[in-house]
Amino acid sequence: MGVTFINGGFLTTVQDMGRTGYQESGMPVSGVMDRRSAALANILVGNSEDEAVLEITLMGPVMEFDEDSVIAVTGGNLLPKINGKDFPMYQAVPVHRGDCLSFGGPAAGSRAYVAFAGGLDIPVVLGSKSTDLKSKIGGLDGRKIGGGDSIGFARPGITPVNIKRRKMEPEDFSAEEKIIRVVMGPQDDCFTEKGIDTFLTSVYTFTNESDRMGCRLQGMEIEHKNGGDIITDGIVFGAVQIPSHGQPIIMMADHQTTGGYTKIAAVISVDLPLVAQARPGQRVKFRRISIDEAQELYVEEKRRMKELKEEFDRAPDSCEDPEAVILSVLGCEAGRYQNPAGRYRAVIDGKEYILDLREEHEDI
Amino acid sequence: MSEVRYLVSGDCGMCVEFGNVISPEINEKIRAFKIAVEKSGIRGITETVPTYRSLLVHYQPDEISFKDLTERFEELMGSLSDIPIPPPSIIEIPVLYGGEFGPDLETVAEYNHMSPEEVILTHTSGEYLIYMLGFIAGFPYLGGMSPRIATPRLKNPRVRIEGGSVGIAGEQTGIYPVASPGGWQLIGRTPLKLYDAGREKPVLLEAGQYIKFRSVSRAEYERIEKELSDNTYQYVIRRKEE
Repeated sequence: MGVTFINGGFLTTVQDMGRTGYQESGMPVSGVMDRRSAALANILVGNSEDEAVLEITLMGPVMEFDEDSVIAVTGGNLLPKINGKDFPMYQAVPVHRGDCLSFGGPAAGSRAYVAFAGGLDIPVVLGSKSTDLKSKIGGLDGRKIGGGDSIGFARPGITPVNIKRRKMEPEDFSAEEKIIRVVMGPQDDCFTEKGIDTFLTSVYTFTNESDRMGCRLQGMEIEHKNGGDIITDGIVFGAVQIPSHGQPIIMMADHQTTGGYTKIAAVISVDLPLVAQARPGQRVKFRRISIDEAQELYVEEKRRMKELKEEFDRAPDSCEDPEAVILSVLGCEAGRYQNPAGRYRAVIDGKEYILDLREEHEDI
Repeated sequence: MSEVRYLVSGDCGMCVEFGNVISPEINEKIRAFKIAVEKSGIRGITETVPTYRSLLVHYQPDEISFKDLTERFEELMGSLSDIPIPPPSIIEIPVLYGGEFGPDLETVAEYNHMSPEEVILTHTSGEYLIYMLGFIAGFPYLGGMSPRIATPRLKNPRVRIEGGSVGIAGEQTGIYPVASPGGWQLIGRTPLKLYDAGREKPVLLEAGQYIKFRSVSRAEYERIEKELSDNTYQYVIRRKEE
């Protein structure tokens, strides 16, 4: 078995990018709260971006590795430790059987993500491995992870290429006041001019009533034209709902698919991680941008992720240890590398050899 | 009928709004547009969610922008009358009324000055439009209940209501897909599972479809329950006549 939990921490669940396609039946999407951090953790260990990861909330679990693996920890800094020593974040790191991963406590942000090379051996329920705590499906029987639970690896022993290259600058979630960009709508016409102005110029504070369904904020009351109730409408991840009390609620990963309150705006995709990582007491100012700008930022982030993935997966031009390359690519350890394709120059006994393992030669 | 509006709902969503009232006409337009969108094969659309007033379209902006999607939808809306939309279906929901499964049947009868039999007759005579599903997985928002059996919610909600329970809350009737707390007046229970995560189609009902309740005896309720567990139950579904 891959990892065994000594304890589950405050709220640790298996999540991927969510269960799409069932919202018309009233099923929430679930999935990770901070999609960027989870995608980066996967990219770092050579997985596809949407592979299942562990989402760890505030107080992390204690887990022991039953097998070797390569992992990456991203997201909020919850002070990850391996065998009691500081564990580097935003970096692919080999771990060994018997190693113990634990967390010291929340230093910045509130959610960390752990990705495992090759992914987690979790059954796919309705197209996703995500834990839906409300419908009690996905992940580990639809519940949070507790002490004594074990999760296997989907492809044990797999190692991504270029381990040393697989690291990046961690995202800093420590800011006490955040600027969060929104696109207005769909019910911004239900608010007075004064209400819109209040929303866009005053400071709101994250309350402790925040969970995977939504984050409640507190601040200046936002004025409606005719109250906050509407005939039920659909809800998106990041929608800023303003019920009649005039205080914003940002709808998060486990949000209900529909609801009967006015939505003044929605947080743009690339800023949603800031909301997912916010802590009670932290402050936020909303800034309006156009839908065109928001979608350009979305496309730009997708492109950056793709480039990063290509950079990590690109095979080295040459290798200082040709024997290792030949053994691992062709020999007894063949199959250990996920992406051996590339062009290698190996110098053995003073003679140069070219190993061409690019796409069209993959049948070597 | 007010004009259709294409509203920004985040950078990955578009709310196609058809109106701001609950009406079967608007619901039928939403259903037709949903079918048209599904047939259109427009790239980048991941799913659509019908509600009372709108169709929420989830899409990927790296595949299609809000501007381009709006244009495609305007075209589609213009040719909506050319797209054949099948008539909605009616699904029969067998219900065992009264007794332990419908502890509030008497209350509903007394409140409306009729006999429990009349309540059952009224409840089973209507065809109920499923406007949308939401709140929890598989919960249908139904329209079309006779105001003659309308009854306020319980003052003290129950801590647990079993899945399949059929109830009345104000002028609405509904079915609980799974066990949950709630304040509806319970008049009966269906053996059908509105939500079953283990089933190929986890949610039984669809928005735009109609429900017809049928009163069954305890013996029939138990027979259907057995057939469901043996996988031999035949759902009674027919086309609604125009």
